[in-house]
Amino acid sequence: MNKKRSEDASIREDTSSVATNSETALRDKVRKTRGVVWRSLLVPLLATVTAFAIGGLVIIATDESVYEAFQDGIGRGIVQVFIVIGRAYGTFFTGAFGNPAQIVEALFSGNAAQIRRAVYPITETLRISTPYIFAGLAVALGFQGGLFNIGAEGQYFVGGLVCVFAGYSITGLPQIIHLPLALLAGVAGGALWGAIPGYLKGKTGAHEVITTIMMNYIAYRLAEFMLDVGGPMARGDGRPVSPEIQLSAYLPQFFPNRVDLRVNAGIFLALGVAWVVWWLLYRTTVGYEIRTVGKNPDAARYAGISVPRVMVITMALSGALAGLSAATDILGVLHFMPNSFFSGYGFDAIALALLGNSHPAGVVLASLLFGAIGAGARNMQGMAHVPIDITSILQGLIIVFIAAPAIIRALYRMREPEEDEELALARG
Amino acid sequence: MPPVLELKGITKRFPGVLANDHIDLRLEEGHVLSLLGENGAGKSTLMNILYGLYSQDEGDIYIRGENVAINTPNDAIRQGIGMVHQHFMLVPVLTVTENVMLGMESMKRAGFLDRETSANRIREISDRYGLEVDPDAVVEDLPVGIQQRVEIIKLLYRNADILILDEPTAVLTPQEVEGLFDVIHTLVALGKSVIFISHKLKEVLEISDRIVVLRRGRVVGSTTPVESDERDLATMMVGRDVILSVAKMPREPEAVVLNVRSLFVRGDQAKMAVNGISFEVRGGEILGVAGVQGNGQTELVEALTGLRAVEGGRIMIAGEDTTHASPRTITEVGTAHIPEDRQRDGLVLDYPVEDNMILNTYYLPPQAKGMVMQEAVIAERAENLVAEYDVRTPSISTPTGNLSGGNQQKVIVARELSRPVRLLIASQPTRGLDVGSIEYIHSQLVRKRDEGVAVFVISAELDEVMSLSDRIMVMFEGKIMGTVSAVGATKEELGLLMAGVAPETATMTS
Amino acid sequence: MTVAQVTPRSQRRARTMGIFFCLVSLSILLLFMPSTQPGQTTTFAFTERSSNALGIADMVFRTRVGLYLMALVAIFAGGWQLTKGFERVNVVLGLVVGAFVLAFLAWAARGQSMNMTGMIKSSLLRAIPITLAALSGVMCERCGVVNIGIEGMMLSGAFFAALFGSITDSAWLGLLAAMIGGGLMAALLAVLAIRYKVNQIIAGTAINILATGLTSYFSSRYLQKYAELNNPATFSPIPLPGLSKIPIVGPALFNHTLLVYLTLILVVVIQIMLYYTRWGLRTRAVGEHPRAADTLGVNVFLTRYVNVISGGLIAGLGGAYLVLSSVARFDELMTAGKGFIGLAAMIFGKWNPVGALGSSLIFGFADALQTKLAILAVPIPSQFLLMAPYLVTIVALAGVVGRSRTPAADGVPYEKS
Repeated sequence: MNKKRSEDASIREDTSSVATNSETALRDKVRKTRGVVWRSLLVPLLATVTAFAIGGLVIIATDESVYEAFQDGIGRGIVQVFIVIGRAYGTFFTGAFGNPAQIVEALFSGNAAQIRRAVYPITETLRISTPYIFAGLAVALGFQGGLFNIGAEGQYFVGGLVCVFAGYSITGLPQIIHLPLALLAGVAGGALWGAIPGYLKGKTGAHEVITTIMMNYIAYRLAEFMLDVGGPMARGDGRPVSPEIQLSAYLPQFFPNRVDLRVNAGIFLALGVAWVVWWLLYRTTVGYEIRTVGKNPDAARYAGISVPRVMVITMALSGALAGLSAATDILGVLHFMPNSFFSGYGFDAIALALLGNSHPAGVVLASLLFGAIGAGARNMQGMAHVPIDITSILQGLIIVFIAAPAIIRALYRMREPEEDEELALARG
Repeated sequence: MPPVLELKGITKRFPGVLANDHIDLRLEEGHVLSLLGENGAGKSTLMNILYGLYSQDEGDIYIRGENVAINTPNDAIRQGIGMVHQHFMLVPVLTVTENVMLGMESMKRAGFLDRETSANRIREISDRYGLEVDPDAVVEDLPVGIQQRVEIIKLLYRNADILILDEPTAVLTPQEVEGLFDVIHTLVALGKSVIFISHKLKEVLEISDRIVVLRRGRVVGSTTPVESDERDLATMMVGRDVILSVAKMPREPEAVVLNVRSLFVRGDQAKMAVNGISFEVRGGEILGVAGVQGNGQTELVEALTGLRAVEGGRIMIAGEDTTHASPRTITEVGTAHIPEDRQRDGLVLDYPVEDNMILNTYYLPPQAKGMVMQEAVIAERAENLVAEYDVRTPSISTPTGNLSGGNQQKVIVARELSRPVRLLIASQPTRGLDVGSIEYIHSQLVRKRDEGVAVFVISAELDEVMSLSDRIMVMFEGKIMGTVSAVGATKEELGLLMAGVAPETATMTS
Repeated sequence: MTVAQVTPRSQRRARTMGIFFCLVSLSILLLFMPSTQPGQTTTFAFTERSSNALGIADMVFRTRVGLYLMALVAIFAGGWQLTKGFERVNVVLGLVVGAFVLAFLAWAARGQSMNMTGMIKSSLLRAIPITLAALSGVMCERCGVVNIGIEGMMLSGAFFAALFGSITDSAWLGLLAAMIGGGLMAALLAVLAIRYKVNQIIAGTAINILATGLTSYFSSRYLQKYAELNNPATFSPIPLPGLSKIPIVGPALFNHTLLVYLTLILVVVIQIMLYYTRWGLRTRAVGEHPRAADTLGVNVFLTRYVNVISGGLIAGLGGAYLVLSSVARFDELMTAGKGFIGLAAMIFGKWNPVGALGSSLIFGFADALQTKLAILAVPIPSQFLLMAPYLVTIVALAGVVGRSRTPAADGVPYEKS
C-alpha cells in the first residue's frame, strides 16, 4: 500500500508534535502507523483470548469429572482441570488446524490419502470461513455507510432461494455461463431484499434496524413457504428441501472426487470480493459517497450527494454480499437449499464486522478466526463432548469485549488511547 | 457581611488545556455580576463547576462565607444556585408544569404526581416576578422567549437566590432583551443575585453592577460600568486593540446574480417559515440579513442552497432557474455555501483535512477520473489550499475534528472560495470563533465582494451585519421588514425592524 | 398570496384512506364472493366444550349475506370519507379492517363452523408473551435505552423457569427465577449501554448471542441429560368467580393462568405509572432530554439502570410464561422470535403499554388464525398470515398509519458532559 488515507477513523495520527523536516516526519509517520496498526490489532486479539479463557472456565465448571476428581483431593482436582481443558482446546485446535505432527508426517510420506486426511481440518476451516467473509463484508459495508444491517440473515435466505432456483431450473448451459448466472442470481436476490429497507430508510426514515429484523422474518416465512413439503420449490419427494442444482452450476472443488473435502473456489471468490470491496470503499467516488453518508449524512446532503440514493446503494450492495454468502454455500457445498431456520449468519456477521473494525482486511481475518472456531468446536463436540453451543458463548463474549474495549483495557491495565494530545489540539 | 458567593482559586484542567486558572470571584447580595469573555475563555466551564456539572481540580466555593462542596446539580440547588443554560434544558414534549416540577415533584398520596399544586406555585411565581406563562402549555409549542421564562421559573421554583444566566440574550430581539433586563431588575430588587454571562459589551455595560473579564481561563480584569467603556472592555477581553469595524472601500454593484421572487418555504413544523419574500443580490455587493434567530433565515438559506423544498416562488442564480434544483446543481452554477452549523453540515469531522477539501467536488476531474479517485491530485490540492488559506494543521491527513474551530472554518472557506464562484452564501460565518479568525473570515468575504462576487451574509450578530454589509435586509417572521443601506443605518432603527415594527409605525411612535 | 391552509400531506392521506376503504369493499366482493355457493352458511360458535360458562346459541348465517353486509360497511365508510371525511379516520380504519377480517372468517368457515370463543382465547394466549416482550421494550426505550436483546432475556427467563421450576417443584419459584434470569441479562445490557456506552444495538445483539449460547449449552449439558431437571411445575388456570361464566367472553378472557392476569394488570399499572407518577415523569424526561433531567438533579444513570433491569424482569416473565403456562419444558431457541415481534408490537403501539397490548393482540390473532385456517383447510399458506405482523410493522414504520414518535434520546448513551 503506497499511502494510507482515511481508511480508519480510529487510526488517528499523533498530532502533538510538528516535525521539523519532511524526512523525520515521514519516518515518524511510518513508526506511528506501525504503532497504530499494532494497537488496533491488540484489542481484538486480547478480546479473543479473554473470551477463550472465560469459555474455558465454563467448560471446566460444567465438567462432572472435575468435581469427582476434587472429591479425591485438591491436587487430583487441579490435574483434572488441566486434563479437561487440555482435551477440550486440544481437540479444538486439531479440529481447526489439524495435528501439526500428522501434517508433517503425511507430507513426508507423500501418500495422497494421508495428506488429505491430515489437512482436512484446515480445509474445513476455510470452507466455513467462506460464507462468513461475505456476510461479514455485508455488515461491514453497511456500517461504513452508517447503516446497521441486521438483515444479512434474510438477505442470505432470499439470495439463496433465487440462486438455487437458477441453479436447478436452468439446464443445458455450460458451466462458464451457468455458474456466473447462478452467482448473480444470489447477488440479485440479496440485493433486492437489502434495497427495500434502504429505500424505506432513505424515503421515509423508517429505522433500518427494525425493518431489517422484520424483513428477516418475512424471508424465513417465504423460504418456509417455498421449500415446505408441497411448496413451489420443494423437491417433491416429501422432504422440505429444494432440488439438487445442475452440475454446471457447481463451484469448482479442489478435491472433486472427495465429498468430505468440501473446500472450493468460493474461498478465492471471497478473497477477491474482499479486495473489490476495499477498492470500492477507499478508491472510488461511490465509496467516498458511502463513507460520507455514513460519517455525516447532513454534510453529505450539503455536498450534493443524494442520501436516499446512497442508502439504497449501500443496502443493495450489502444485501448482494449476503446473497453471495448463500450462493457460495449452495453452489459450493450444499448443492441444494434446505428449509432450516436461523442459519445464524446474520448475527455472526455483526460480530465479524465489529471484530474486523468494518475494514475488509479485518473482516477476512475475523472470518478465518470464526471459521476456525466453527471447525474446532465441531471436533470438540465430537471428541471431547463439549456442546457446540460454546461457539455462541465465545462469539457473544468477543462482541462484548470488542464493543467495550474499556473492559479489556481495565483487565490488562493498558493505558487509555492518546486522547490528551488530540483534545489539546481540538480545544487549543 | 460576607458576599453571597465567593470563588477562590478555582482551577480546572482538561487534558492538555487549562480551562480555569486560579479564578477568584465575588458576588454581593442583590447585585448583577457580569462575566465577560470570548468563546473559549472559560466562562461556561466556571459556571458548570459552580452548578456541579464539573468538579474543580483546585479551589474553594464559599456561600455566605461558608465553604461548600458542590459535586452535583442537586448540591447546587440545595445551596440556592440555579442556572439557565445557553441551550435550554427543557423537555420539549412535556408541559411547562412537568418541566418545572421535574426533580422536585409535588406528590399526592400513593405516589401520584400533584400537578395542580405545582401549577399553582408556578402561577404564583409568574405573578410575583412578572413572568407570564401558561403552566399547561406544551413546551415545544412555545416561542423561545417564553421558553426562557420557563427556565427562569424553574430556578425560582427551587428557591434559587443565585441565578446564573448563560448568554441569555443570544436568542432574543433587542426589545425582548429589554424585557429580560426588566425581569433581572425585578429579581435583584427582590433580593436575588445574578451572574450574567455574555460576550456583548453593550449589554454588559447596561445591566451590571460589576464586570469581570476572563481571557484564556484567567481573570484579566474587574471593573464597573462607570469606570469603563466598550473599547476598554474589548481590549481586556481580546488582549490587544481591536478594530471594531471592517475595512472596505466603496464599490459600484454589478449585474444581479441572485434573484428571489415571492419565495415561500415551509419550516419543520409545516408552518411557512419564509413568507413570500423577494430580493436580489448583485455582483460586488454584500447583502447582510439581520434578524433574531428563528425568523426564517435558516430556512431561506436552505432553500437557496437546495437543502429544503421550495413551496412557491422562484430563485434565479446567475441567470439559471434553481428553484427546484438539487444542491449539486446549485453548486455547479457557481454557488459557494458556508453553512450555519459548520460541524453538522460543512465538514465530516472524522475525515482528514484533504478529504474535506473535496467534499463537494470529489466527483469532478481532476480529483476523479471516472469513478476512480486520484489520490495524488487530491493531496496536492489540499497542500496548496492549506498553505494559501493559512489553515493551521499538523498535516493534511489530520482528522478535521482535531482542529480548532477557527481552523475548521478556514477549511470550509478554502474549499468554497477556491472554486470559480458567482454567489457566496455565508451563514453565521464567524459564530463561536476567536477574534483573529473573525477578522480573517471578514477580510475574505470582502475580498470576494471586491472580485465581483455577490455575497449574501446571514448573522445573528447585528454588529457584524452592520459592519460587513453594503445593504442590510431585516427579516421578521419570514417576511422582509425592510432593506436599508448600511451607511447611516442605526441599531435602534434595525432593532425595531427586527421586532416586527414597520417603518411607518416606527416613525410615528418616535 | 394563495397558499393552501391545509397541508397537502394530510389531504393526500385522507383521500388515500377513502380509496383504500372502497378497495377493501371491492376485494371482499372479488376475493370471497366467487368461491361462495349461494346457499352456503357459516356457523360462528360461542361455546367452549370444557367451560362451565352459560351457553349461548351458535350464530348461523348465509355466508353471502354476511359478505354483502361487510362489503357494504366498507363501501359506506369509503364513500363518506371521500365526500365528507371522518374526524377520527384511524378509528374508521380499524373498523373497516375489522369488517374485512370478519368477512374473511365468514368465507373461510363457509359450510363449516368456527369457534369464535376459542379464537379470542387463543389470540389472547398467543398475545401474552408478545405483550410482555413489548412491555420490556417500553420500559427500556422510554428512558432512552434501545433493547433488541429482549429475545435473549426471554430465553434465559425460560431456561431459569424450567430449571428452577423443576428443582424446587414450584411454579412460583420458577417464576421468580425466570425474572432473575431475564434481569441478569438486562443488567449486562445496562452495564454495557450505560457504564461503557456501547452502541446499544450491538450490546443487544451480544445479549441475544450470549443468551442463545448459554441456554443451549447448559441445556445440552444438563436438561437433556437429566429429564427431571426439565420438568417444571406449572400454573393451572384460575377461573375468575362469576366473570368466567359470562357467555362468549367468560371462557375466553377469565379462565386463565395467573401469568395472563398478571400481564394484563402490568399493562394497566405501567400505563398509569408512566403518566401519573414521579417515576414516570422522570423516565420520560430521561428518555427525551437526559441532560435537562440531569441539571434538575434527576439521576440519569440510576433511572436507566432501574428501568432496563425492570424491563429484563418483565422479559423474564415472558420467558416464564412460555414454560410455566404452556409447554412445561425448555427447548433450545424456544422463544422463536417472540422478542422481536414484541419489539414490533412496541413500535406499532407507539411506545405505550396499552398500545403495545393492542398490537400484541392483533399479532396474536394473526398467529391464532393461521392455525385455525390449517384446520379449516383454507387454501392460504399459513406462512403468509405469519408474515402479517412484520409487514404491518414495516408499513407502520414507513409512516403510512400516522407517524409514531420515538423517544428523542432513544439509543443515545448519556455522557456526563
